[in-house]
Amino acid sequence: MQAISQRLNYLFGSTKGLILVAIAMVALVTAIWGMLSGPMAEMGVREVVVKALDMDLVQAEREGRIVILYHSIAMAIVAIETYMITSLLKMKPFFKTAINAIITVGYIVTMVFGLGFAYFGHNWAFHGLYIFGLSLIFFAGVLMVIALWPWNPEYRFSLLHDGRGAGGEGDYAHTKKGVDIERTAFFATALTTVISALFGAVPGSFFGNGFEVFLAENIIRLPDKTTMEYSIIGHLHIMLALIAIMVTLIIGRWLNFRGILHKIAMPLMILGTIVLNLGVWGVATPLEPIAHMIIYVGATPSMLAALLLLIWSWGKLIREGTVHIPRPNFGQKLSALARDPLRFGPTWQMLFMNFTTSGIGIFMAVRLDEIFRVWPAREERIELTGHWHVLSAIIATIILLYYGDMLGLKGKIRQWYGWIIIVLSDIAFAAVTIFEMKRLFISEAEQQPLVNGLMYAIDFGLGMLLVLLAVVMVWRLTDLFKPKGRWTEEVDHELAQEVMK
Amino acid sequence: MKRTSMSLRGRKLEAISCQRGDCFAGKITLLAMTFSILISCAPVDLNAPMPTFDTSIDPNAWAQIPAGEFYYGQHEDIESTNAYEIMVTDVTVGQYADFLNAAQADGSVKIEDGKIVGYYPGDVFRGVKHEEEIKAGDWLYIPLDDPSQRIQFDGSVSSVQSGYENHPMTMVSWFGARGYCQYYDWRLPTEMEWEKAARGPSTPIGGQAGSGPTRPFPWGDEIARENANFYASRDPFEDMRSFGSRTSPVGFYNGQKYGDYQTLDSASPYGLYDMAGNVWQWTGDVYEGMHYRFMRGGSKDTYDMDLRVWVRNNATPTYVSPGVGFRCVR
Repeated sequence: MQAISQRLNYLFGSTKGLILVAIAMVALVTAIWGMLSGPMAEMGVREVVVKALDMDLVQAEREGRIVILYHSIAMAIVAIETYMITSLLKMKPFFKTAINAIITVGYIVTMVFGLGFAYFGHNWAFHGLYIFGLSLIFFAGVLMVIALWPWNPEYRFSLLHDGRGAGGEGDYAHTKKGVDIERTAFFATALTTVISALFGAVPGSFFGNGFEVFLAENIIRLPDKTTMEYSIIGHLHIMLALIAIMVTLIIGRWLNFRGILHKIAMPLMILGTIVLNLGVWGVATPLEPIAHMIIYVGATPSMLAALLLLIWSWGKLIREGTVHIPRPNFGQKLSALARDPLRFGPTWQMLFMNFTTSGIGIFMAVRLDEIFRVWPAREERIELTGHWHVLSAIIATIILLYYGDMLGLKGKIRQWYGWIIIVLSDIAFAAVTIFEMKRLFISEAEQQPLVNGLMYAIDFGLGMLLVLLAVVMVWRLTDLFKPKGRWTEEVDHELAQEVMK
Repeated sequence: MKRTSMSLRGRKLEAISCQRGDCFAGKITLLAMTFSILISCAPVDLNAPMPTFDTSIDPNAWAQIPAGEFYYGQHEDIESTNAYEIMVTDVTVGQYADFLNAAQADGSVKIEDGKIVGYYPGDVFRGVKHEEEIKAGDWLYIPLDDPSQRIQFDGSVSSVQSGYENHPMTMVSWFGARGYCQYYDWRLPTEMEWEKAARGPSTPIGGQAGSGPTRPFPWGDEIARENANFYASRDPFEDMRSFGSRTSPVGFYNGQKYGDYQTLDSASPYGLYDMAGNVWQWTGDVYEGMHYRFMRGGSKDTYDMDLRVWVRNNATPTYVSPGVGFRCVR
């Protein structure tokens, strides 16, 4: 009994245990639900899964099912980010315990009962519990905002109280009065996330109450959208953007981002986050005609801040890797940069995102009427859904790369784990991007071989990634059976202690 | 393998880098990429032999749709229409070739730069965001120089590429679809008329069992591969390794067996065929503030979810595709 209690304490009482459980849940859902669409459906795997699990897939309810599925996975990702924040940033123990406990119950209840309701018949108690789970996550978010309050004197910047390890006070962005600007960026992102969740909850209740669920990509071309429809479109965009911004801040904290670039980046991040949110909320107001312009204005400083993190972290990796070489050449610098995929990977993925997500998005926005709106709406839907699937998956790979470091992977395993994630995911994302844009260079009639080739690349990339994840999960599961397994070391680890020097 | 040592957070870290091409993961990835690229570059024969089948469904037949209510859209709003007649099948390539010959003879259509064009009186332009102006004038009916075009024009007469006579007319713009219907004093169905014809009335028609009036597919609640021609439905006309999915003859899914391939009878409650899959069908509505024209029914190139009766697609009215056709009402 004590053995079980110790393991439960690790899984649900420690930061690394909580992150492991959430990753396992997402991996499981992704593996099972990934078999319900795309090539898996073509090959007949969907029929087998539906039958084996006794799923109830009513045709008219597909859109509703998908909305619940997206939310179930997203809430687990939000929980993972939350665990990272509560472990990386200083906050009162009460808040840390309460936030982690509430969001854990929240996302598990959301996932279990949401998917139970959506895919296994309509037990309305399950639907109620799904909403309850979402509400708990919202409440955890509110607590997080309070816990992060950057003007609390306790969190004023000083060497004595700062838990970031080495680095003088001047190394990090802060105001003259000592307010920690990085913490303010976390706070701003958490606050706007909570407000933006509400921005989706209101129209969600409105449409859900009448069961008039829809997917935003299906109404994109209709000129007359209601305020509630605009809210849904705004909500899904901003939530993903905020998850991406938060993961950028988390990676910056883990890598111990500091110095002059930190001092420039953090105010930019705050500015970008606030303006971006104002623009998105603006779509549901009379500001709608200029909302996109506000969004662009907001996205620019946010992306610039991420770029500064990239420049700083790459510079550091190169400096550290060539410290023993008096005058390193380009090849030596490159080798130094790529020597640790887990530290190089997250920022590389952020850069790669510009080719697969941001760049495509900007290209689409600029040439919308000339190119994309000439194609049928279903083609535009492929671009839209591909675009945000890739962004979501890139965020997931960044989390997995950080998780690899949390696991304490070393040597060969560290290299394999990191490079497999980077190379395979980037192959898949590149293939998705070509798939989205294929109409630019190939006709419908001639596309099938290209589509086949791209599908093989996507499935190979993502499939092998899932295999890697499965290997890690099996390893962690077997570890739990060992009395002196790795879990016993991790139970007291906090991420703040493992921030890069 | 070359091993180098480095320090990371005070721990000894061994970095492995691939040299001499002996990295297994690298090889597998390279192999997979080469495989993908080779597959992607395979040539496509757009004129590959097409199996021919007589479906015994008459493309000149019309179905009576009585006035009355029906469930409209995914959320099952109750709407109603007046009585009308609608074609039992999509307009075939053969029918369209006959139209072109007749219309060319009396000057209703013209040949211009490898295209057949016809007059359209234009739409009211309101300058709404993203709206494109559709002015009065000659607009594209069909392109003649596209390799996917099954109408062959020898300079004076339009004919049908052998094997495609009873296949739905494709590579036709909204203007070309409208032009066909109007030539015979018919018209394109409105979205409501189309959906009612696909879904049936709000009260079940006598003798029809198995599904209710809210059915998502013309034949019922579920879809099987033998119900319709959709993406990777494994029908006799597709080869997913090369040209992919192709159109099937109109009325193909009528319960008949073609060689070894057994179809399910997939008529709508009013006896229409191909109201799900095969080709998207242009509808006639022109909506205020947008130039897009809407299509219904899904196609050989879409997954089953797009074959649900309420699913809408749209494109500019000049859009042509091997997966878009039409039928008329009167």
